[in-house]
Amino acid sequence: MSDLPLIQADRAVPPPAATTATGGRGRRLRLLSGTDRVVITLMVLVPLLLVLALVWLPAAATVLLSGTDWDGIGPLGEIDWVGLKNYDDVVNNYPPFVPAVQNNLLWLAALFVVATPIGMFLAVLLDKELRGSRFYQTALYLPVVLSLALVGFIWQLIYSRDQGLLNGVFGGDTDWYGDPNVNIWAVLVAAGWRHVGYIMLLYLAGLKGVDPSLREAAAVDGSSETSTFFRVVFPVMRPINIIVLVVTVIESLRAFDLVWVINKGRNGLELISALVTQNVVGEASRIGFGSALATIMLAVSLIFITVYLWTVMREDKR
Amino acid sequence: MSRPRSQAEYLARLVPPSVAGLRRRSLLAGAAGAGALLGTGALAGCGDSDSGSGGDAKSVTLGSNQSDPKPKDVVAKVVDGFKTSSGVTVNVNTVDHNTFQENINNYLQGKPDDVFTWFAGYRMRFFAAKGLAGDLSDVWGKLDGYSDAFKKASTGDDGKQYFVPASYYPWAVFYRKSVWQQRGYQVPTTLDQLTTLGAQMKKDGLTPIAFADKDGWPAMGTFDILNLRINGYQFHVDLMAGKEAWTSDKVKKVFDTWAGLLPLHQPDALGRTWQEAAQSLQQKKSGMYLLGLFVGQQFSGADLEDLDFFTFPEIDSTIGAKALDAPIDGYMMARKPKSKDAATKLLTYLGSKDAANVTVKNDPSTLVANSGADTAGYTALQKKAAELVGSATEIAQFLDRDTRPDFASTVMIPALQQFIKNPKDISGMLTSVENQKKSIFTS
Repeated sequence: MSDLPLIQADRAVPPPAATTATGGRGRRLRLLSGTDRVVITLMVLVPLLLVLALVWLPAAATVLLSGTDWDGIGPLGEIDWVGLKNYDDVVNNYPPFVPAVQNNLLWLAALFVVATPIGMFLAVLLDKELRGSRFYQTALYLPVVLSLALVGFIWQLIYSRDQGLLNGVFGGDTDWYGDPNVNIWAVLVAAGWRHVGYIMLLYLAGLKGVDPSLREAAAVDGSSETSTFFRVVFPVMRPINIIVLVVTVIESLRAFDLVWVINKGRNGLELISALVTQNVVGEASRIGFGSALATIMLAVSLIFITVYLWTVMREDKR
Repeated sequence: MSRPRSQAEYLARLVPPSVAGLRRRSLLAGAAGAGALLGTGALAGCGDSDSGSGGDAKSVTLGSNQSDPKPKDVVAKVVDGFKTSSGVTVNVNTVDHNTFQENINNYLQGKPDDVFTWFAGYRMRFFAAKGLAGDLSDVWGKLDGYSDAFKKASTGDDGKQYFVPASYYPWAVFYRKSVWQQRGYQVPTTLDQLTTLGAQMKKDGLTPIAFADKDGWPAMGTFDILNLRINGYQFHVDLMAGKEAWTSDKVKKVFDTWAGLLPLHQPDALGRTWQEAAQSLQQKKSGMYLLGLFVGQQFSGADLEDLDFFTFPEIDSTIGAKALDAPIDGYMMARKPKSKDAATKLLTYLGSKDAANVTVKNDPSTLVANSGADTAGYTALQKKAAELVGSATEIAQFLDRDTRPDFASTVMIPALQQFIKNPKDISGMLTSVENQKKSIFTS
């Protein structure tokens, strides 16, 4: 269920639909030759099958497995059905779950309130065609290109308690990665550092596309820079704003690599995605239980996806 | 009207595919587990097709988790010895130690190597019971030089042997002789003496007990030894098997004692690796460190000769101080090796004193299990460690080798870290462990 094919579908479908409306049924049949129809069917079927096999089938299997106590060993026939026990255990009998939800929410809030606005602000600045703006652009975007494992390593050099840059320069002995009250903030700085560049690039692309005559018109009407941005440019950028919002939500839901690199998502750095991995992938093999956690994550993602699609589709109708 | 409208459409098309792809990836992450499972089933199916064939095979595969340079070299040398004596070629597949351990379920259900490295303990018996390991009773018929304790540690629940021990290492309290001589410290034999010694070290500006638990497992060693000293070996076994309650007064006493000792431990343990803690001992900043014999890997030359240890002191005189953790590493055979004959030959060689002799010559941080081996090449530390284990009345494997791995990794690691963070709420932590244990052990 990716949004890209859907966006394309939204944009691509109306023209033929319009012909159908005006030309009637018979005309449409004449428009499409036999080869066309085969091609179209294939073009729809192949991606559909891929999406079903690679996305929805595993997702459905996860939901099914979350009702079992399978340990990953033995044939599928030996799996015992345990109903909602795994969900009950996740919520009532698994201490890392609540901190994980809190951390995911904190991650969302931090990216949304701090990192995303900073990224947007930097994009607006870079849009002013400053001298060396390409250099800034590259410098700010660089963290996005680096793998998160590498980002984790870079920040390890900064945060290390005994040999790190931060404690070395300021002479403190804060245990940045080990102290459960501090480490989530330390990691959020690293994650935000990366997120800012991402949002910056997205937003910059949007700003470049805004019609200059809109700004000129606003300037002629005596609007200040600030009010031009908030009253003219920002509303025009609505689709990009939604994308930025969605990207922020997705980034906070799929946050995983950084905490896994640091301490496998334990001790203050619990995230739902890390808990899923701990339970399913490692030697533990609590596959039923891990699937329950994954299903919860899936459900939360679906809420955001639904809201997003609903907004996009409503906009199209207008 | 038309301009903003087209603008919006134009902008929507600007969205790079990578952004759109994210959505799909987040879903995939959720479904990754299921995907892996389907793969497992398919692999398990493949494994069934090839069964043990003729007995004249000239090659055998060995899956090894010994990925560190030194142990890897030792495995290569042992395997060379087998090649010379038998003429059978061995292909060694070395996999990163942690990766090997985490993938063991998929590995064994897929197409495992004929012979693979593993540990004695619950997990070995579990694989044997699930039919994922080959019966080695006939190999044991040809082996000599093993004590009953080793044979028992190699036996599955059905009374057959499934494991060939190769090496082991005890857990003990390590210290630097030079530091102790200089300050006039004496080896403590009771808990009171240990606390007094710790207080003295603090006065002398040392961290009494080095401590690290970033990776989650080192603290299990501390729990194990306290439990063995306070409640004895049998209780350890029953507790690990899920038969005893974690909320019992016996377990509470272990954590109470530990909480009393925590002020003597190095602070901020949750952000430190065992290597860093071992270095603080090596740099004479800490007075002692409870760890396995592998702590010696962080020492070299004169420093290594300066390293000494004592077994954790007695806490209850009726229990004594004779039990300890001494995990055994060794080899197992796949359920359907390509050539059972060659695999059996290799395992017999791996358990022989010839193989043990090669290990003694090349690795000073471990002890060989075969008592027939020529241990003249042992360092003083190895000799002492062998004596310590030899005099032990009972030998435990280690918390994560003696119990279900799902319980050890998803319940005990967070619980012990929680305790280290907040040693005050012992009963809350134990109630939670007990509830999770009930849920896991009944499944």
